[in-house]
Amino acid sequence: MSDITPTTVRSIEREALLVAETSEGAQEMFRREQTGADELRRELGAVLKVDGRALDPNNIDVERDDDETMIINMGPSHPSTHGVLRIMLELDGETVLRSKPVIGYLHTGMEKTGEELSYVQGGTNVTRMDYLSPVTNELGYSMAVEKLLNIEVPERATWIRMMMSELNRMSSHLVWMATNGMDLGSTSMMIYGLRERELILAFFEKTAGLRLNLNYVRPGGVAADLPDGWQDDVEVICDTIWARTFEYDQLLTGQTIFRQRLEGVAAITAEEAIALSLTGPLLRSTGVPWDLRRTMPYLAYDQVEFDVITGTYGDNFDRYAIRLNEIRESVRIVRQCIEMMPAGDYRTQDPKVTPPPRARIDESMEALIHHFKLFTEGFHVPVGEVYSAIESPRGELGCYIVSDGGPKPYRIHVRAPSFVNLQAIPLLMRGGMMSDTITVISTIDPVMGEVDR
Amino acid sequence: MDARSADGSSIGDPQVSGIATQPALNAVEGYFPTREQYPDLINQLKNDGFEMAVDLCAVDYLNHPGRELPEGIAPERFEVVVNLLSLSQRRRCRVRVQVPENDSVVASIFSAFAGVEAMEREAYDMFGVVFTDHPSLSRILMPEDWEGHPLRKDYGIGRVPVQFKEGPGPR
Repeated sequence: MSDITPTTVRSIEREALLVAETSEGAQEMFRREQTGADELRRELGAVLKVDGRALDPNNIDVERDDDETMIINMGPSHPSTHGVLRIMLELDGETVLRSKPVIGYLHTGMEKTGEELSYVQGGTNVTRMDYLSPVTNELGYSMAVEKLLNIEVPERATWIRMMMSELNRMSSHLVWMATNGMDLGSTSMMIYGLRERELILAFFEKTAGLRLNLNYVRPGGVAADLPDGWQDDVEVICDTIWARTFEYDQLLTGQTIFRQRLEGVAAITAEEAIALSLTGPLLRSTGVPWDLRRTMPYLAYDQVEFDVITGTYGDNFDRYAIRLNEIRESVRIVRQCIEMMPAGDYRTQDPKVTPPPRARIDESMEALIHHFKLFTEGFHVPVGEVYSAIESPRGELGCYIVSDGGPKPYRIHVRAPSFVNLQAIPLLMRGGMMSDTITVISTIDPVMGEVDR
Repeated sequence: MDARSADGSSIGDPQVSGIATQPALNAVEGYFPTREQYPDLINQLKNDGFEMAVDLCAVDYLNHPGRELPEGIAPERFEVVVNLLSLSQRRRCRVRVQVPENDSVVASIFSAFAGVEAMEREAYDMFGVVFTDHPSLSRILMPEDWEGHPLRKDYGIGRVPVQFKEGPGPR
């Protein structure tokens, strides 16, 4: 190895070398004279095309010389960016003038991988996208496949799916409460949030065998029935988390410093949110009561009672309050699931997608062949394309699948809510303080595994 | 010419003349504009109450040419698929534009829906479909110096051979 770079390069050369190695070229944010007018308007957050409401790019930052501002990087390995998110900021002192997220550091080509996996294996792939809410990923994928197959899922499977995704919503929001607390300096919230989440993960482990990437919801139903005595476990989870949410109220909601960090910071209007295709708590914080569980019901959400939580001002505090209250609403739904859980099959009896029971394999050659074919070749899905959307904790999680009739998806595209919601960053950060960028990233709640896929 | 299918009468269809339509699965209206009709159709659908462009992605139909398309629409290699959502009417529609291989250029709908900015960049990054009038069309997920567009069907998935001894492997 003779071509090792000498360690005694002069600092100017080293800097050029570093820039060449780490540059993302056109994906980065540039100085104003190098930026096109359209892109400048976008980075300044002037995206609104509603009549008379379009932002004037000059209304907060009157013409400044470029040498009075500086462009700095935040991330990609910054503890408050929730993963490998890199944000380029144009700062004037401590005020953020422009910002642009640079993503792709966690890109692993999961959509390409999905084209190489059969429909049976696909669940293991999608569950790793949004690693904080694996059940909703699997659910979106499975529902898309079921629509293509045109099969019905038994009622019990539907209710199990609904209960598991609500438990997952609780755990996802609890992690958000924890990291948001951490970002704002409340390390005790970090410990409490993860402590409560552990209850739910333990139940996942008991049910599905795994804590994080479950592959529990599969096309045709769920992988296993609920364990014996599940009612007691879920009851304990509900009671504990319900009581603890009021402790969070005491710890955070009324806390003066916490409120001052959040209230009125990074407000967004409903028009802006809709123009930017934002969904989930970000959209609801502006007062738009759009929750797919209510507005376009799937599973059995039209048979349970719950409230859609909306905000008023669209600021950080609204987004905090929405997530905290959604934990309570999820507890309500899960309690109804315990009461109303029907008996029956936990997966469809359609032999096309469901393997024969284990006992049959021992005595029947045909069952063995059937089992073998299903897990090696997989099942064939009729030609077609489908878009199926569900409400994940972060917003609309869509799954667009094109099938060419084979056992593998021809194209699988996941509409990741975090990926789209990240577009709000330039608008939310503009004109704010440097320290508020942390709270903005936190309340958008991006999961980088889902952003980059 | 209205190429609407005979049974394409779902609830409150916006009457878009001259553009091929087809009721897709699950009673979602599908529109198949040509590249020239595409920006106008998007604007018209926006005026008809579809406030949000909820998803935009591309598909490479290189190995799957025999898909079902309404009469008069010639299949091309690429297809840009836009899913629109109407919050007020609680319904969705899907717009599918054919984009030929040798001239993979299509108009950006950024001016109508600012939210497609990242999605169009992703489609460009993964498929090489160029969106004109996009504010800054650059790669978004892949590194800037990457060659090729990974989600194209003629782009190999690559694999790392199993090495039992230390040896030079690809990449």
